[in-house]
Amino acid sequence: METQIVKQNQYLEQPKERISGSEAVVRCLLAEGVDVLYGYPGGAIMPVYDELYKYQDKIHHVLTRHEQGATHAAQGYARISGKVGVAIATSGPGATNLITGIADAQIDSTPMVCITGQVASHLLGTDAFQETDIIGISTPVTKWNCQVTKASEIPEVMAKAFYIAQSGRPGPVLVDITKDAQFEEFDFQYKKCKNIRSYIPIPNTKKSSVEAAANLINNAKKPMIIWGQGVILGGAEEEFKAVIEKAGIPSAWTIMGASALPTAHYLNIGMVGMHGNYAPNVLTNQCDILIAIGMRFDDRVTGDLNRYAKQAKIIHFEIDTAEVDKNVKTDVAVLGDAKESLKELLPLLKTNKHTKWHQKFKDLYAIEFEEVIQKDLNPTKEGLSMGEVLKEINKQTKGEAAIVSDVGQHQMIACRYAEFKNTRSNITSGGLGTMGFALPAAIGAKMAAPDREVVAIIGDGGYQMTIQELGTIFQSKVPVKIVVLNNEFLGMVRQWQQLFFEKRYASTEMTNPDFITIAKGYHIEATRVTKREELADAVSNMIASKDAYFLEVCVEKENNVFPMVPSGASVSEVKLR
Amino acid sequence: MKKQLITVSIYTENFIGLLNRVTTIFTKRHVNIESITASKSEIENVHRYTILVEESENLIEKIVKQLEKQIDVVGAFYHLEDQTIFQEIALYKVDIENVCESKFKEIISVNHAQIVEIEKKFVVVEKTGTKADTDALYNELKPFGLMQFVRSGRVAITKQSMNISEILHNNKKI
Repeated sequence: METQIVKQNQYLEQPKERISGSEAVVRCLLAEGVDVLYGYPGGAIMPVYDELYKYQDKIHHVLTRHEQGATHAAQGYARISGKVGVAIATSGPGATNLITGIADAQIDSTPMVCITGQVASHLLGTDAFQETDIIGISTPVTKWNCQVTKASEIPEVMAKAFYIAQSGRPGPVLVDITKDAQFEEFDFQYKKCKNIRSYIPIPNTKKSSVEAAANLINNAKKPMIIWGQGVILGGAEEEFKAVIEKAGIPSAWTIMGASALPTAHYLNIGMVGMHGNYAPNVLTNQCDILIAIGMRFDDRVTGDLNRYAKQAKIIHFEIDTAEVDKNVKTDVAVLGDAKESLKELLPLLKTNKHTKWHQKFKDLYAIEFEEVIQKDLNPTKEGLSMGEVLKEINKQTKGEAAIVSDVGQHQMIACRYAEFKNTRSNITSGGLGTMGFALPAAIGAKMAAPDREVVAIIGDGGYQMTIQELGTIFQSKVPVKIVVLNNEFLGMVRQWQQLFFEKRYASTEMTNPDFITIAKGYHIEATRVTKREELADAVSNMIASKDAYFLEVCVEKENNVFPMVPSGASVSEVKLR
Repeated sequence: MKKQLITVSIYTENFIGLLNRVTTIFTKRHVNIESITASKSEIENVHRYTILVEESENLIEKIVKQLEKQIDVVGAFYHLEDQTIFQEIALYKVDIENVCESKFKEIISVNHAQIVEIEKKFVVVEKTGTKADTDALYNELKPFGLMQFVRSGRVAITKQSMNISEILHNNKKI
């Protein structure tokens, strides 16, 4: 860390030096402490790549196989480390290929800076080769974006980009730089951005709101917490744990909040939402106080809003003012950074246990265990279940692994059954539901945390959306562990077709290639498991491998994920089968 | 909630592309913009968009929060019809070849409009007022033969004192 800061300081507020815009871009990245970036070269960004070549001993550029892969890798890097992920691409198709990852980072509040090349400024608006209005295209999915047409603008815009991406509620920023600005020379000097007059990253926490929240919590008989990623983004895990332990409040998580509190913690009552746990879904509609911390009442969490926690008073701890009262009307809104506001809340809370209320969660868990969990984790059917694969991975990684999941049935199973001991361990595409996220995101995660075991859990559908990133794993020697749970279906869509479209399986059956041959083609060791008795050894070999490893598990074709809150239903109408 | 006319005022930095960012926030929620005006504001280097929409107050309240959240937006506010003084300007190019002069002059006078240009074949009439006012004149001039008609977006000022500079200053935004 200290050496990192010394390195950064070499590039901060130095005397002015005459360099090109493209060299300035690289110097800005170094000044911001960027050690790795993901991207794909092309015409309009070539001057910057030329500088990356010259600076290759100081900054590591990872060539992905598609620009979308670069964004997801940058996201994985950011999600596991809390640092800004950086992706770089050329103009036109290079830039448009970034959009899915940018939209994903926007909805999941991931700090990311994307740099795109642009045609020379005299060609802007002429439909030049590989010209696209990436500022116009990216506006609705970026926290901020900016086009640079003069080299002299680069330091200030880059400084703003990094400041905006990681301050307040984080998000993606795109900086588009014309090719002539990259070539142009100017007197470079870099100063970090510390504030922007029109931007308040963290609203002030009103003492009265914290007191009002404490008062409601202290008088509650049946309080329940739902926490989200805000706890992780705010680095508030310890403060959060102290609050729930003191007040004895059963606490459930959204998919983005998973791993902020260890899975085994006695107050962790599981996941809320469409495929969340039975108890927190049912009891959302019985609690007297619902405390939301750093979450945004997404529709997959709330089900029918007209029948959501109507009996409860709602307290919302939130950094983004625009999220308050957006979906659920709050009684007390505590604005500000979760770490600070929870710290203020703690001394105002009375010690409590709520034993009787907590027992209700345990009773409902027992029902879910009998109806769902037992069948998922210890199946008696011949076919392998996704749940038992997760159980084996938990066992062999001792809950220390970071789990990177894609989107679909396997994602719900991974989030439900992964046993996390450490924060920032659940990396998944929550809000956007981007199939193809996991494989490249795992690359970024492993590079940001080389000492951690990173296991990507992917369905056979999503895997084939970014399967080309096996090339990145091979070329850059990234030792990620890849588990494909293959049911030869787009399983979640098939589940809905079974339940709501009378089993008309429209375009959900997959005729898959030989995944083992493909992995081996990239010189990645690969194993296929089709029988239960092979599973433990296969997982063991995978975890033991020092290199990247591919494990395909052929699972039961038509298993469904339960519990389930059907769309349009209330959370308390959660179905167990 | 019932739809009503609401004036949204947005104070922003004067940057390229910001208007697009602002309008996408309306578009995203399928809200049509009835009129839009961009101009300088009372604060130096701060621009002001005045946007008229017909929507429920509840939805506009959420949109205003999203607008306020944008990095380069200095401040955003909304006001209902009875909270604002507002005007629009309309120009009418009227074919005068078959005009009965006295009748025409009477219409102009009764409507508090004025003639801003007289040519051989047409006159240009200007009228400032509410949409209803300019519509009324439109209907009266139409029989003469309207060659062109244009109406500006709404410009509005709040009835309450609302010192914007002070409010933004207190929010530490400026």
